[in-house]
Amino acid sequence: MASLASPQPSGELTGWTRWANNNRKWLFAAPAMTFVGALIIFPLAWTIYLSLTDAEGSVRAESEFIGFANYLEVLSDTDRFWPAVLRTVGFTGVALLFEIVLGMAVALLLWRPFRGERWVRVAILLPLVATPVAVGMMWRLIFDPNIGMANQILGWVGIGPQPWLAGQHSALPTTIFIDIWQWTPMVVLILLAGLTSLSNEPDEAARVDGASAWQRFRHVTLPLLMPTVIVAILLRGIDALKTFDILYATKGRGGGSFHEVETLNVYAYGLSFDYNEYGISSTVLIIFFLIIIGSMWALTSRRKKGAQ
Amino acid sequence: MARRKRRTPYQVFRAVALAVVVVSLIAPLLWMVAASFKTNVDIYDSGKAFAFTPVLDNYTKVLDQANYLQFIGNSLWVAFAATVLSLILGVPAAYSMSRFNMKKSALVVLMARVIPGVSLLVPWYYVFSNLKLVGGFTVLILSHMFVSLPLVVYILMGFFDGLPLELEESAQVDGLTPIGAFRRITLPLSAPGIATAGILSFIFSWNNFMFALVLSGADTKTLPVAIFDFVGYASIDWGGLMAASTVVTLPIMLIALFVQKYVVSGLTAGATKG
Repeated sequence: MASLASPQPSGELTGWTRWANNNRKWLFAAPAMTFVGALIIFPLAWTIYLSLTDAEGSVRAESEFIGFANYLEVLSDTDRFWPAVLRTVGFTGVALLFEIVLGMAVALLLWRPFRGERWVRVAILLPLVATPVAVGMMWRLIFDPNIGMANQILGWVGIGPQPWLAGQHSALPTTIFIDIWQWTPMVVLILLAGLTSLSNEPDEAARVDGASAWQRFRHVTLPLLMPTVIVAILLRGIDALKTFDILYATKGRGGGSFHEVETLNVYAYGLSFDYNEYGISSTVLIIFFLIIIGSMWALTSRRKKGAQ
Repeated sequence: MARRKRRTPYQVFRAVALAVVVVSLIAPLLWMVAASFKTNVDIYDSGKAFAFTPVLDNYTKVLDQANYLQFIGNSLWVAFAATVLSLILGVPAAYSMSRFNMKKSALVVLMARVIPGVSLLVPWYYVFSNLKLVGGFTVLILSHMFVSLPLVVYILMGFFDGLPLELEESAQVDGLTPIGAFRRITLPLSAPGIATAGILSFIFSWNNFMFALVLSGADTKTLPVAIFDFVGYASIDWGGLMAASTVVTLPIMLIALFVQKYVVSGLTAGATKG
């Protein structure tokens, strides 16, 4: 780690300059920490407080403190809350599974140099930087049941039109597909960075020992790459749990007329900004936050175990 | 790796597989751009999927009627201001957190990536509307900084970790103060890292939707929010919507293509350290 016993020519310095140099550790870090802290700590504390009140219509103090009544209400709500939990977990789980497997496959394809590499890299970058709301709109046109390209292509191969985003049961899988399209490239980039930084020697040694390509991947490359895989799962998982833009762009407020894509994030947004149910929405958000922290903790503690 | 003249079966398989990847990533985007040059009649006509007469009507509509020039300006201003301010706060913070190994302090800043934005929006909205700031640029820039500052700190901490300390120390032996060494030696050396952080910060701020959805006003709307002007309750103006979507997406894609190296290194920052 960095040594702090650096030479200090502060003999000639006086007053403020000397103080600034001696305290630069906090002088440099404090503004950013204050900014982020101020925008997080007060809102978080207030959200916790609101979750213990019956605040409705207004966030002001007329609301009464009601203890954990909201939590009881939310946790026994099998109508909206639990389905939203299932959708959130399902969306994240399925999207992550596909993104990691596909991302790994593409990263392995890209690993060794080849002609036209530049073009593939360009293609991979485009979905990543595209504005998510615009991506949602783009797929909304492609998946339109009547005029969309998706059903036309199905027609060419003799399959009847599908409702895609419009269907009560097909909407969620379709939004998962869109998430996979936009974010698999992210996993590719992360895994590719990991692969490139691996040493070639273990792979070569296994090759000399006569291991097949699959054996070398399974027993040499994958274990070495595992820390990077966990980073990819962590980064992508947090964002997938919080997905909002694509769901809002494709299905609008409330996650569709049957709430078919209403995840916890969309549900909490609607409670806050469409129905002004601040007490309940704060409760949902606190539970949501705990779910995120919990899954992160589970993943990182596994990573530490794996590193030992 | 030496390039052989004869292709192995794997090379053939790889070429086909990568072609499928490239087409499936690019085709939808091309479809969006194509639809933005079609009349609404042509969009509804499956016979004109590929053969159509391109028209500029959607773009004139977007730029004239919907007042998009103003929204483009808003998006540029918010993303630019948020990026500059995030760099001003983030560069020294990342330096300090890297040099003095302030893991716990870094965690405070990175918390911003983990918390669901909705839980912050209600309190923000309440406080900022009492300060008469909702609907103005200040609150938009502050909320976008909340997205970009953690990004800047995260990227630059990794960058500073990789910078040798000796250069700074020898500058101090030569008589510079620690802050002077940071300013004259470390900062110029960090230019590539700062560029990476700045570009990523700009992209994420430009693409941000949820904060602007709640905190912007009719005059301060950013492009991702303005797209919804083309979505009516009963019907959608598909041509206009696709033109609007293209106007948002294309500039940011072009920037990313020109500075590919920086975007990739920013997106994968910290990934290989495990």
